[in-house]
Amino acid sequence: MTEPTLTPTELDDLRWLAGMIVPPSTKYGVPGADDAAIFADIANSIGRDGAMVSAALATLRRLAGGPAAILDAARGLEVAKLLRAEGGAALAVLTRIVLLCYYRDDRVMGSLGLEPRAPFPKGHVIEQGDWSLLDPVRARKPFWRPVP
Amino acid sequence: MQDKVDVLIIGSGASGAAVAWSLAETKMRILCLEQGDWMKQSDYPTNGKDYEARLFSDYATSPNIRRRPSDYPINDDNSPIKVVNFNAVGGSTVMYTAHYPRLHPSDFRVRSLDGVADDWPVDYATLEPFFAENDRMTGVSGLAGDPAYPAHQPPMPPLPLGRSGAKIAQTMNQLGWHWWPSDSAIATTEYDGRAPCINLGHCTPACAQGAKASTDITYWPHAIRAGVELRTNCRVREIVAGADGMATGAVYYDADGVEQFQPAEVVVLACNGVGTPRLLLNSTSGRFPNGLANSSGLVGKNLMFHPWASIYGYVDEAMDGHRGSSLCLWSQEFYETDLSRGFVRGFNLQFNRTIGIGTEAVTGEAAGVLPWGEAHHDAFRGLVGHRMSVGVCTEDLPEEHNRVTLDPVLKDAHGIPAPRVDYTISENTNRMLDFAVERGREILAAAGARQVNVVRPVMYSGWHLLGTARMGTDPERSVVNAWGRSHDVKNLFIVDGSIFVTSGGVNPTCTIQALALYIADSIKQRLAVLFD
Repeated sequence: MTEPTLTPTELDDLRWLAGMIVPPSTKYGVPGADDAAIFADIANSIGRDGAMVSAALATLRRLAGGPAAILDAARGLEVAKLLRAEGGAALAVLTRIVLLCYYRDDRVMGSLGLEPRAPFPKGHVIEQGDWSLLDPVRARKPFWRPVP
Repeated sequence: MQDKVDVLIIGSGASGAAVAWSLAETKMRILCLEQGDWMKQSDYPTNGKDYEARLFSDYATSPNIRRRPSDYPINDDNSPIKVVNFNAVGGSTVMYTAHYPRLHPSDFRVRSLDGVADDWPVDYATLEPFFAENDRMTGVSGLAGDPAYPAHQPPMPPLPLGRSGAKIAQTMNQLGWHWWPSDSAIATTEYDGRAPCINLGHCTPACAQGAKASTDITYWPHAIRAGVELRTNCRVREIVAGADGMATGAVYYDADGVEQFQPAEVVVLACNGVGTPRLLLNSTSGRFPNGLANSSGLVGKNLMFHPWASIYGYVDEAMDGHRGSSLCLWSQEFYETDLSRGFVRGFNLQFNRTIGIGTEAVTGEAAGVLPWGEAHHDAFRGLVGHRMSVGVCTEDLPEEHNRVTLDPVLKDAHGIPAPRVDYTISENTNRMLDFAVERGREILAAAGARQVNVVRPVMYSGWHLLGTARMGTDPERSVVNAWGRSHDVKNLFIVDGSIFVTSGGVNPTCTIQALALYIADSIKQRLAVLFD
């Protein structure tokens, strides 16, 4: 991952937007994507997608008529809705970065009943399953097509 | 100039590794030039919690996004399907899903059976011993007895059904449609020094466990022990032909970027359906002004992809979610031609069970089923771990206007002209996709799935790069003969997916490797008269 290339204003708007996409939830006891640790991960994960993220944030700024981070709640929801409709490929990149970082946070993974870890080396257990389900298929005659 | 070798293989992926290993027993001096480097399992994505994000950066499937030093750019702007591959020792077997079906017997006889395209100059029966040998070398898991195929015995037991497999099986039984555990190039037991699968998920962008069979850990250790030299970070610019029309060797850039000439008695191309025509078209001379081995004009033409669709939804039952191999079952119910369906040839269905939780969120958001705001959390908990997904792999028939040429502007880091892909999905394939998507919807409906979504075609699904240097008996209608030798250049062989005459409707790696072993065997059988 490379250092973020966004301006402080862009970072403020990105953090605001991350919180609009995934706000905290008291019901599930999870932070929002604008949480300090999660947002630090987001900002550090932009890397090669900096231009697309900047483009999405420029659209956001245009729709907001200025910095989005200072909008009141009602206007913020309105702008977020507009952005989701108009954001296009650049917004898709931004959203992908936000969501991938959010769902690898230890607290979020834990709330989903997942161990907060990489897949390797522990792996996962998959049950073998009931292979008798194959019985009706085994009973079929070969149906591959004979050739001349 | 380097010392002359007997056999120069270009490309170390699926086919290059197989042919190198097979020819090693001849004790000829064999050298393979590979533009990439050895990969390290300790660097693979699933070692870290950021494993899903790396699919969009250094482990992106598209070389145009990934942009590793080993990659070359591909202009695929004029194609709805983008080329995906990997460039390293092992080639795209490092980054594939290891779904490992064989082509069916009918795939080799489409002209005779269905009056379309052309028959292959080889058949399933000829390749059968090489399929079996390749299964053994690769380490294939599966289950004998599939009524959709001639009998064969994978060397390892199948991947587990799991929750997803059981749900799919119950649904397919309800519909009365065929399903079977996939032949997979994934070790389910200790095998040839490889550890068994531990269900990491996220199989495609390289396996940190080493359970997935990539040729850097299957064929290559054996080939190198048998004396084959593998030279990495060497990008070949062109194959050189002499005044007698025979290949004399290849010009390449070494790891330091220094131009080298490697002389050889025999040159074997193993760069697959985009890399091989690119190299041949870049190998021009006074004798071969349109590129090497191209008197037919067919080098680069007849590109076939396997246009893909994905139909997915969410069921109430808990599925395997992010755990386990990506694919576990296939269905060949609609594989063979039935003209009442409105198209010729057919497709196979693949059931994808694994998706990372972050990717589930990303795709759900993009599909409009995962909202922003407070409702996000409830909605996500209804999606994650509940996905049921049907993949469609359609047969793509050859059409000359689907082609690989050289881009007039785009070049790689060494200044070598890059490939350009021009491709459209045929009307027959579109009708096949219509039918297949409806069958996918039918499966999901029978499973009780909600929020069904269709992706068609899947844009970044151009794994299967076939047909651009087709084999055949007629030099005017094919590039290589029935055993992979160029019609025009008697010491030039092609062993990769570019020699496919038709695509079949299944993933091709297994058949590519069986063909490579068959061609290597043909070379060994004819050593004394190889150039006659």
